[in-house]
Amino acid sequence: MLTIKNLHVEIEGKEIIRGLDLEVKAGEVHAIMGPNGTGKSTLAAVIAGREGYDVTEGEIIYNNKELLEMETEERALNGIFLGFQYPVEIPGVSMNNFMRTALNEQRKYRGLDPIPASEFLTQMEEARKLVEIQDKLTNRSVNEGFSGGEKKRNEIFQMAMIKPTLAILDETDSGLDIDALKVVARGVNALKSKDNATIVITHYQRLLEYIIPDFVHVLFDGKIVRSGGRELALELEEKGYEWLKQEA
Amino acid sequence: MANTKNNILEEVTQSEYKYGFFTDIEMDTAPKGLNEDIIRFISAKKKEPEFMLNFRLKAFERWKKMTEPDWAHLNIPPIDYQEIIYYAAPKKKPKLDSLDDVDPELLETFDKLGISLDEQKRLTGVAVDAVFDSVSVKTTFQDTLKKHGIIFCSFSEAVQNHPDLVKKYMGSVVPAGDNYFAALNSAVFTDGSFCFIPAGVRCPVELSTYFRINSAGTGQFERTLIVAEEGAYVSYLEGCTAPQRDENQLHAAVVEIVALKDAEVKYSTVQNWYPGDKNGKGGVYNFVTKRGMCKGSHSKISWTQVETGSAITWKYPSCVLLGDNSIGEFYSVAVTNNRQQADTGSKMTHIGKNTKSTIISKGISAGFSNNSYRGLVKISKMAENSRNFSQCDSLLLGDKCGAHTFPYIDTQNSSSIVEHEATTSKISDDQLFYCLQRGIDTEKAIGLIVNGYAKEVLKQLPMEFAVEAQKLLAISLEGSVG
Ligand SMILES: Nc1ncnc2c1ncn2[C@@H]1O[C@H](COP(=O)(O)OP(=O)(O)O)[C@@H](O)[C@H]1O
Ligand SMILES: [Mg+2]
Repeated sequence: MLTIKNLHVEIEGKEIIRGLDLEVKAGEVHAIMGPNGTGKSTLAAVIAGREGYDVTEGEIIYNNKELLEMETEERALNGIFLGFQYPVEIPGVSMNNFMRTALNEQRKYRGLDPIPASEFLTQMEEARKLVEIQDKLTNRSVNEGFSGGEKKRNEIFQMAMIKPTLAILDETDSGLDIDALKVVARGVNALKSKDNATIVITHYQRLLEYIIPDFVHVLFDGKIVRSGGRELALELEEKGYEWLKQEA
Repeated sequence: MANTKNNILEEVTQSEYKYGFFTDIEMDTAPKGLNEDIIRFISAKKKEPEFMLNFRLKAFERWKKMTEPDWAHLNIPPIDYQEIIYYAAPKKKPKLDSLDDVDPELLETFDKLGISLDEQKRLTGVAVDAVFDSVSVKTTFQDTLKKHGIIFCSFSEAVQNHPDLVKKYMGSVVPAGDNYFAALNSAVFTDGSFCFIPAGVRCPVELSTYFRINSAGTGQFERTLIVAEEGAYVSYLEGCTAPQRDENQLHAAVVEIVALKDAEVKYSTVQNWYPGDKNGKGGVYNFVTKRGMCKGSHSKISWTQVETGSAITWKYPSCVLLGDNSIGEFYSVAVTNNRQQADTGSKMTHIGKNTKSTIISKGISAGFSNNSYRGLVKISKMAENSRNFSQCDSLLLGDKCGAHTFPYIDTQNSSSIVEHEATTSKISDDQLFYCLQRGIDTEKAIGLIVNGYAKEVLKQLPMEFAVEAQKLLAISLEGSVG
């Protein structure tokens, strides 16, 4: 599904990702861990197509397409979803309107008519249940006045509505209490299938007790310094990142 | 609601000014230039009674002694008033009682503009008066209105059929010599709408006037007068478009509203005159005087405007709150893109006791445009316990445009409360990326964000107008980011 080869990324002339390889297949859950400032969000942003990042070397192949050649919205329409570390507020735009617009864009791209109102309402209801968010949140403006936890749930809510092929969740667990964390994990697990894949970015192994990864990668200083199974996360928890610095 | 919103968003991909076409129709025009003879010509064409001619001539005398206002934050190129044609009317004079008598070309024009004059086809609930260049073409729904004793007709007809009402109220809110452009209008105005709601009547349909400038080199000078008697209610809508032309066209209108005791008038405008091209060539100069008088106690006048068009806008819909406990409201979204300039806002004059006013202004500037809010809240000595709340927000797209706020407050009564809030913001890259990441392209995202920003004002509009306004906001900002 996703193949990243020798990726180098600069921001304003400073190299942040320094030769990164990653292979994600359909049906898999990958966890990317690493201390703050090592380039996890940068990697997510480059995959999603945010402007302001210079890819100086390497390539990303997504479902047989050159991902880096695709427009940002085109990537989204082809099934890439980013759960934001810092979801942004859009005043005056209701979640209902926002989601409907997004879904209809997806449908238009596939040659479908706009979603009928009843179908839309049913989907909203189901997605709301999944992440246990209240009606009133979806009637409010996008993320406006949402608490930190509500914002994170709202990201999973949107993921449930859009049903992406490749979801990248950037620190969706940070700032969540244990109950919220379970809700988020349940949402992610419910949406998991053999046809889609998830990349979970986190720097605590806590979330990985609820979302069981097939692979764990440690990102350090712009490179994946170690990959392994679930046990790697536990090892990290125990020994901290210091121990990897020597490997880097 | 969500459904209509999405339809709108789908339509926003057309980026050209889509009303820029021109209808080739035989016109009866006056020679260009402005003098007493022209004014007599217009008055004679309209077979006006003497009082109208005198009103015009007096206004003309005043105008000749006046100079163009120069206090606005606008760069207005010199206007040669002798180069303008002051009267142009379709040759085939439509009779106003039957649609069959209207030139098919004209009907087609209005159809193209989305204004069907065919009553059968019209969405129920809106009566339309259509003004094409200088004359009113057709007023729909006459029978329904007549039943309620409501008069809704072209200004010319009102002069013929209801001269006493016209004489009583015309110039009572905006006197002929009020300002340069109002004086000019008073001298040469050609048509417009007249609307009278008798005491105790709640107008069952929205009344709407659609203005269209078509001919080259003509100015449009229409005049609207709305009178709501005691306890009456009316919601009135105004829309405007013009062909795309390289030269500038002058539009100097006057709107007067009178609300007697307990009456309420809602006046909504979606102004979409041709704004000129990307480099600022062509476009309409929109110099308009709109004022409402809350004459009786507990009366209310609300102005809602969505301004997306015109090369230059100079316009301050205002309220004089004379009656005790009367209410004035002003809700505005003004968009400027490319080289457009707008200086717009409101004036609330509190005279009666316990009077209340609200000003909500949302400016949106893009490209190289300049967008100014100018407002005056005046609380006179007698206006005990009066209140005003003003909120003026500016949204900037890009860094070559300008947004300015000029709020003036003049309070002479210490028991009154005047509040003013102002903010300036930008559409952030984060917001855009968030939308793009959900599959919403840049143009749509801007439409969405801008409509969200303007929501407070848009929700004041009647449903059908709100839909049109949302589309317009999105369209007029296309190509302004990225
Ligand atoms: N927009 C930016 N401009 C400049 N530097 C940035 C920008 N975004 C990230 N960086 C830098 O890139 C590095 C990696 O950041 P980030 O990808 O956010 O790390 P992580 O998500 O792993 O905490 C940090 O040193 C950060 O300061
Ligand atoms: Mg991060």
